Amino acid sequence: MLNWFHRLGSPKTFFEISGRWQVPLLSLAVLMLAGGAAWALLFVPPDYQQGNSVRIMYIHVPAAILAQSGYVMMAGAAAVFLIWRIKLADVAVKCVAPLGASITFLALVTGAIWGKPTWGTWWVWDARLTSTLVLFFLYIGVIALRSAMDRQAGVGRACAILALVGVVNLPVIKYSVDWWYSLHQPASFSLTEKPSMPIEMWLPLLVMVIAYYLFFFSVWMMRIRNEILVREKNTDWVKQWLAVR
Amino acid sequence: MNLFIASVRRDLLVHFRHPSEVLNPLVFFVVVISLFPLGIGPEPGQLKAIAPGIVWVAALLATLMSMDSMFRSDFEDGSLEQIVLSEQSTFIFVLAKVVSHWLLSGLPLVLLMPLAALLLFLDEAGVWALTLSLLLVSPTLSLLGGIGAALTVGLPRGGLLVTILVMPLYVPVLVLATAMVQAAEAGSDTIGYVYWLLAILFGSMCLAPIATAAAINVATDQ
Amino acid sequence: MKFESLTAFFYMDGHGIYIWAAYGLTLVILAANVWFPLIARRNIIRAEKSAVLKAMNRKL
Repeated sequence: MLNWFHRLGSPKTFFEISGRWQVPLLSLAVLMLAGGAAWALLFVPPDYQQGNSVRIMYIHVPAAILAQSGYVMMAGAAAVFLIWRIKLADVAVKCVAPLGASITFLALVTGAIWGKPTWGTWWVWDARLTSTLVLFFLYIGVIALRSAMDRQAGVGRACAILALVGVVNLPVIKYSVDWWYSLHQPASFSLTEKPSMPIEMWLPLLVMVIAYYLFFFSVWMMRIRNEILVREKNTDWVKQWLAVR
Repeated sequence: MNLFIASVRRDLLVHFRHPSEVLNPLVFFVVVISLFPLGIGPEPGQLKAIAPGIVWVAALLATLMSMDSMFRSDFEDGSLEQIVLSEQSTFIFVLAKVVSHWLLSGLPLVLLMPLAALLLFLDEAGVWALTLSLLLVSPTLSLLGGIGAALTVGLPRGGLLVTILVMPLYVPVLVLATAMVQAAEAGSDTIGYVYWLLAILFGSMCLAPIATAAAINVATDQ
Repeated sequence: MKFESLTAFFYMDGHGIYIWAAYGLTLVILAANVWFPLIARRNIIRAEKSAVLKAMNRKL
């Protein structure tokens, strides 16, 4: 197990394996995204309260889930880098930050667009939107630190420390914002806490969540492969790989 | 322990001889507070309603202003590297730096609270709650800010970056502290908030210096 | 199919503009996430190849 872990941790092995996986994975992700979107747009019944605007849920909720778990995955990679000093983990941390930030931004904006027909305003300081906004700031912090420390020796470790600090704070932030919202709760109904969603509504949601995850992993992989090419450009295997391009 | 006392003593001495670095954030705090009535209007009811939020945000900004310098001079004259290389615990050193930062920026802000409350028409219960909440939270602010200060110490201009890195971490204490002041103004019990803020303080006292020490190791290990 | 006509599908009982804006934005952001790594990859390969060529020319 640990042996396998270290073997995958070598940039060359990762590059070879991911080269075989990236096209099928991305194709499957795009196919599922298209299928899930068509399902959500064409076949899902309108909600009795929200009408057709409930169709936004199918692109918003997976983005919101992925925004959080993306940060947790970044922190996981950061921990691997700090403990085992596997350079690939640093590459992974570097590559996931802009990706996660873009997904978080997507969750924020689709949430705002969903809010307009549902609440009547673009933005409400709802608990979920607010903690997603703070999450976005956390991503921005990691990206800002990375770009400010560009080319300095400790940049990878510094960003890894920051990602870990952020992930420890994430539950505290989430609970405090939830609690803050319940304290100031205006008269409105909650978007996603339905008594129970009928299967014809949650099944396409499940498809979309899986599709978002697959998409996330395949794009992450693409970014990691690019970064490996840059960092290992003086090795023989990269030169050989380039020779046949 | 000797390191702890020596470090705190030295920081206090240095800052007593050059007090401007300590005074600037305090002046900033008072100026920000007094700008709000000018922007919003002098109506007491309105100011009183938003006072906890204003005071707290101004206090956060003032703390962050002084944060950048927490490790900077030690980094530049090389003593930070000496500490890391020596047998002394970096954890203890970090704790000492945080304590002296708190004594020089957190505690004076606490003492300024009655003035801020006066300017914004808070009533007596609100003043007490505001002062108590800042007393409980300002060490946490110094502890968490230390992480950002240590991460950016190697950068030529880290001041604004510290703000971006640390601000999201301040969200929970901001929420709890302003809620505590509002609860006190409404006449309800605040002991629950005190426990919460203490829990966060002790939690960050255990965890934040670890991260700060790790960040210092990174910064000095060039 | 939950819609009787194409117009009803685009209109979505007045929510069309929000739904299509949200789906359009998602499409743009997801497509950009694929597009940028592809462009970056092409640039890296190009830059490396020209560096290799330059090194070879210098040797000759």
